[in-house]
Amino acid sequence: MELQKGKRHQWTLFKIREDIPKKWYFTGVSAAFILLLLIWILLSNLKLVDEVFLPTPAAVVGSFFAALSSPEYWGEIGISVYRVFMGFLLACLLGIPLGILAGTFKLAESVILPVSEFIRYMPAAAFIPLIMVWAGIGETAKILVIFIGSFFQLVLMVADDTNRIHKDLLYASYTLGANRWQVISKVIIPAMLPKLMTTMRLIMGWAWTYLVVAELVAANNGLGYSIMKAQRFMDTESIFVGIIVIGLLGLIIDRCFAYINKKLFPWAEGGN
Amino acid sequence: MLNAIKAEKNLRQEKIEINIQNLSKVYKTNNGSFQALENVSLYVKNEEFVSILGPSGCGKSTILRILAGLEEPTSGSVQVSGEEVKGPSAKRGMVFQSYTLFPWLTVRENIEFGLKLKGMKQKERKEISDRYLELVGLERFADSYGKELSGGMKQRVAIARSLANNPEVLLMDEPFGALDAQTKQSMQQLLLDIWKKEKTTIVFITHDIDEALFLSQRIYVMEARPGRILEEIDADLQLFQDGELVDVEKFMNVKKHIISLLKH
Ligand SMILES: Nc1ncnc2c1ncn2[C@@H]1O[C@H](COP(=O)(O)OP(=O)(O)OP(=O)(O)O)[C@@H](O)[C@H]1O
Ligand SMILES: [Mg+2]
Repeated sequence: MELQKGKRHQWTLFKIREDIPKKWYFTGVSAAFILLLLIWILLSNLKLVDEVFLPTPAAVVGSFFAALSSPEYWGEIGISVYRVFMGFLLACLLGIPLGILAGTFKLAESVILPVSEFIRYMPAAAFIPLIMVWAGIGETAKILVIFIGSFFQLVLMVADDTNRIHKDLLYASYTLGANRWQVISKVIIPAMLPKLMTTMRLIMGWAWTYLVVAELVAANNGLGYSIMKAQRFMDTESIFVGIIVIGLLGLIIDRCFAYINKKLFPWAEGGN
Repeated sequence: MLNAIKAEKNLRQEKIEINIQNLSKVYKTNNGSFQALENVSLYVKNEEFVSILGPSGCGKSTILRILAGLEEPTSGSVQVSGEEVKGPSAKRGMVFQSYTLFPWLTVRENIEFGLKLKGMKQKERKEISDRYLELVGLERFADSYGKELSGGMKQRVAIARSLANNPEVLLMDEPFGALDAQTKQSMQQLLLDIWKKEKTTIVFITHDIDEALFLSQRIYVMEARPGRILEEIDADLQLFQDGELVDVEKFMNVKKHIISLLKH
């Protein structure tokens, strides 16, 4: 009897796309992190890998807190966050309206999408030398790299979000007396907002990647630069700290987006 | 006196509300063109309930979209209240087969959508939405979002949303096609009650013979490839009383006739 019950329980944990109890989910998450940590401890503390290449977790945690208690490090974080937000904001300000336009009017689509599609395949990192020629290595250059990396992707994704709105929804609003402008402002835009937030969240991730790329190549401050500098001195601890800080910042921003999405769009189907 | 009112009512009901003459529609496709409708002519009188019945792909939705002004005819004339249809308008409300509630709006806000577009004041809007919430029996769900409603409830909101706009005609494209048998039946009864109360002209599309016979006064039967009208059938035969079938024999005869038309 007892055995059967156990079996049944296991089955419920492996149902395709069905929810599982929270505590099981949490167990899975912790297990993954602990496993990662264990492998790390095993490799570094048992000296399976030289300390110069892989510092111990304790050493990394030590320099993590040392970094966070130094004002200069906060300066690096500040300048990096500033660059990401400027590049991202610029991309959104231009990319979202263009994407909506391309997803709404076929003529706009013909002008905007194929070109964006083409440029998207040119790696933004390859533009860095060109950007340095154009804009030097000032703030503009870094922001431009982030902009180029996220803008074209954003336009394409927003256009797709817009396109996915069911045509009958637009038809319904026409038969309720909406004119073209009202269909855009009162139907297309509100209908796509949750998807837009998800898209922005994804693009934010891209923006961080391009930030690091830009700072690795052409900067004398910022988190990417601090990683670069640490490499010159074989200071692997600081490289780890840099990567972890960037990861944590990304995670915090991502969670913020998810939270806002849930608060703003309680009507949206499905989870976030 | 009473006779005068009756005469006026008859006159009003004799007025032709919808008049379609020799309507054809050709779609451009990847491999040439496709004739969806060929020489379709039909009329609907004021306050009449007319169904268009036919197999899948015979162009029923196409007729309705053209009537709504959402698509243009290739040739022929389409008039509603004596005016050529030139584009969509709030005068011609439409209920779709797919669920078209605006998911970011509550049930009440959905019903008030068209009124708000007209710039109506909130107090007035609320009076109207209250009335239609009651008509479709959704008072308790006024503040719910679409995702909390069942299919039948969503279609009731869609009907209320169209009617709140006070349209001259209501176009319904298989509105109950996706519902289970029981829900479908109660929705049909609800629609009949609403039609009798509101006196709207209704064009109703279906491929369900029973549904067409239960609801309509007249039925146009169509065939596919190309979409053509086969026959116009009088369905105002007192087959039903209080929602119950009372004249089984006549019902079966008409039904058999329609089946034979669709089979040929
Ligand atoms: N935009 C379009 N382009 C090309 N062909 C189309 C288009 N819209 C409809 N058709 C074709 O026209 C025919 C009629 O379509 P319509 O949607 O009006 O049929 P229907 O009678 O409503 O069918 P159903 O009962 O399945 O809804 C179909 O064969 C369909 O493939
Ligand atoms: Mg159809």
